[in-house]
Amino acid sequence: MASTETTPAKDAAGVEAGLDALETTATSRPTLRQTFTGKILPPVIALAVVLVVWTLLVPTVDDPSKLPSPAAVGDAFKDAWLKGELLGYIWTSVSRGLLGFLFALVIGTPLGLLVARVRFVRAAIGPVLSGLQSLPSVAWVPPAVIWLGLNNSMMYAVILLGAVPSIANGLVSGVDQVPPLFLRAGRTMGATGVKGIWHVVLPAALPGYVAGLKQGWAFSWRSLMAAEIIASFPDLGVGLGQLLENARTASDMAMVFEAIILILFVGIAIDLLIFSPLERWVLRSRGLLVKS
Amino acid sequence: MATTTTLAEADQSVGYAARIEHVSKSFATPGGRQLVLDDITLDVAPGEFVTLLGASGCGKSTLLNLVAGLDRPTSGSIATDGRPALMFQEHALFPWLTAGKNIELALKLRGVAKSDRRDRAEELLELVRLKGAYGKRVHELSGGMRQRAALARSLAQESRLLLMDEPFSALDAITRDVLHDELTRIWEETGLSVLFVTHNVREAVRLAQRVILLSSRPGRIAREWEVGIPQPRRIEDAPVAELSLEITDVLRGEIRRHGQH
Ligand SMILES: Nc1ncnc2c1ncn2[C@@H]1O[C@H](COP(=O)(O)OP(=O)(O)OP(=O)(O)O)[C@@H](O)[C@H]1O
Ligand SMILES: [Mg+2]
Repeated sequence: MASTETTPAKDAAGVEAGLDALETTATSRPTLRQTFTGKILPPVIALAVVLVVWTLLVPTVDDPSKLPSPAAVGDAFKDAWLKGELLGYIWTSVSRGLLGFLFALVIGTPLGLLVARVRFVRAAIGPVLSGLQSLPSVAWVPPAVIWLGLNNSMMYAVILLGAVPSIANGLVSGVDQVPPLFLRAGRTMGATGVKGIWHVVLPAALPGYVAGLKQGWAFSWRSLMAAEIIASFPDLGVGLGQLLENARTASDMAMVFEAIILILFVGIAIDLLIFSPLERWVLRSRGLLVKS
Repeated sequence: MATTTTLAEADQSVGYAARIEHVSKSFATPGGRQLVLDDITLDVAPGEFVTLLGASGCGKSTLLNLVAGLDRPTSGSIATDGRPALMFQEHALFPWLTAGKNIELALKLRGVAKSDRRDRAEELLELVRLKGAYGKRVHELSGGMRQRAALARSLAQESRLLLMDEPFSALDAITRDVLHDELTRIWEETGLSVLFVTHNVREAVRLAQRVILLSSRPGRIAREWEVGIPQPRRIEDAPVAELSLEITDVLRGEIRRHGQH
C-alpha cells in the first residue's frame, strides 16, 4: 500500500476533524405538522371527550340546577364577558398572585441559600421548612385574618406562607445536588467563597431552583384561592375565589363551574406561559432534556 | 510532623514545578485508619513531563488532589510553583456555559480583563483544534472534543504545572492517540510542566520523560524510569513497546505480591 507523506501534527489535525464530524450529529427542528400532531391534537381530543361525556351526563341528573349543561356554562362566560367583568376577575387574582409570588421569591431565595450553606441555620429551620410544604396553606387563612384583618396584606401573607417554603426548599435541594466535581473544578480555578457561590454553586443549582419556583407558583395560586374563598369581602374587589364564593351563595351552578374552570385554566396558563418555558430552557441548555 | 502546602510567589522563580516531600495520607474508614500514601518524595522539574503509573486504587488521584491543594496531606509537605491547574478524569466542564464561556470563566477568575477574554478563549480553542466550538454547549460536543475543551480551560489558568488525572481513559483508542499527539505538541510549545496520572503503561511511556511507578496499599514509589526515546513518538513504536513490556512486568510483580498475603 502506498502511503502519503504527512507530518504527525498535520495528520492529527485531519484525523481529529474527521472524528469530530463523525461524533457530532446535526439535529433538525420539528416541522409544523409534527408540532400539531404531537402537541396540539392530543389535548384538543381530550377536551372534546370531556365535553361529550359532560353533555351525555346532563339528562341523567334529575335536578338541572345541580349539573348545568356546557352551553349554560358557556352562557355564563358570555355574560361575564359582555358585562366587561371577566378580565377584571382574572386580573384581580392574577395580579395578586404574581405580586405575592414575587415577594415570596425575594424572601425565599436568600432564605434557601442560608439554609443550604450555613450548617447552623439548616439544623435550626431546615426540617421545619420542608415540613411546612405539607401544611395546607388554607390553615394560614384564619390566623392571617385575625392578625391582619380582611385586606390585601392578609392575602399576600397567605401566599407568602404557601410559596416561600417551596422556593427555599427548591434552592436547598438544588444546592445539595450540585456535583462535588464542579465544586472541586471551581476551586482549582480559584472560585472559592463568594466567587464560588456566584460562579459555580448558584448556576449549578438552577434546575432545582426553577423546579422550586414552579411549585412555588402552584402553591401561591392555591393559597390565594383559599384566601379569596374563605375571606371574601366586597371591598377587596372580586377575584376568581370571590366569584366562586358569590356563585355558591347565589346557588348559581353555571357560575360555579365558570369560576372553577377559570381558576384551573389561569393557573395552568401562567405555568405554561412562564414557568414551563423557563424550566425547559434551563434543562435544554444543559442537555438535560431531549428535544421531542 | 509539619504538614504544609506552599504556593511560591508568582514572580519569584523556584527550581521546581512541584516538590513533594515525605507525604503520607490516610483516611478514616469504618475499619480504622487506612494508609493510602506512604512517604512519597518526588520533584517535578520546570518543563518536565512526568507520568504516575499504578494499579487502580493505589492512590494516584489522592496524590494529585493533594498537589492541587484540594486536600491536605496527613504528614509531609507539598510546594508548587503557583497554583496548579487540574484536569479531571471526567471533563468537569460546566454544562450551563458554552465551551468558550467555560474558558472565559477560568480567564476571569485569573483576573484577565474582560476585553481580552474573548480573543484569548478563541486562541486556546484553536490551540486544541476546536476552532468552531466557541458557542457550543458541553452536551453538543463529542467525548474527545470535551476533553480538548477541558484541556483548553486548564491551559487558560496559565499555571506552570498541569495535573492530569487519567484524562483520556474514557476515550476510544484512535481519539486517544490523536490527543496524545496534541498534548505532546502543546507541552513542547508552552514549556509547561505536566504530572500525568494513568494506569495505562503504554500511554505513560508514550508521553513522559520520566515514568514513576506507585505500588499499592499503601502507595509508595516502587521504581522510576527515564524515557530517552525522542518525541514525536507513537504508541506502536518498538522502543515504546519494549519499555512498556519491562514496566508491565514490574507492575505485575507488584500486583502479584498483594495476592500472596
Ligand atoms: N475520601 C476518602 N475517604 C476514604 N478513603 C478514600 C478516600 N479517597 C480515596 N480513598 C481510598 O484511597 C485509595 C486510593 O484512591 P484513589 O482514588 O487515589 O486511587 P487511584 O489510584 O486514583 O485509582 P484509579 O486508578 O481507580 O482512579 C482507595 O482505596 C480509596 O478507597
Ligand atoms: Mg483515580
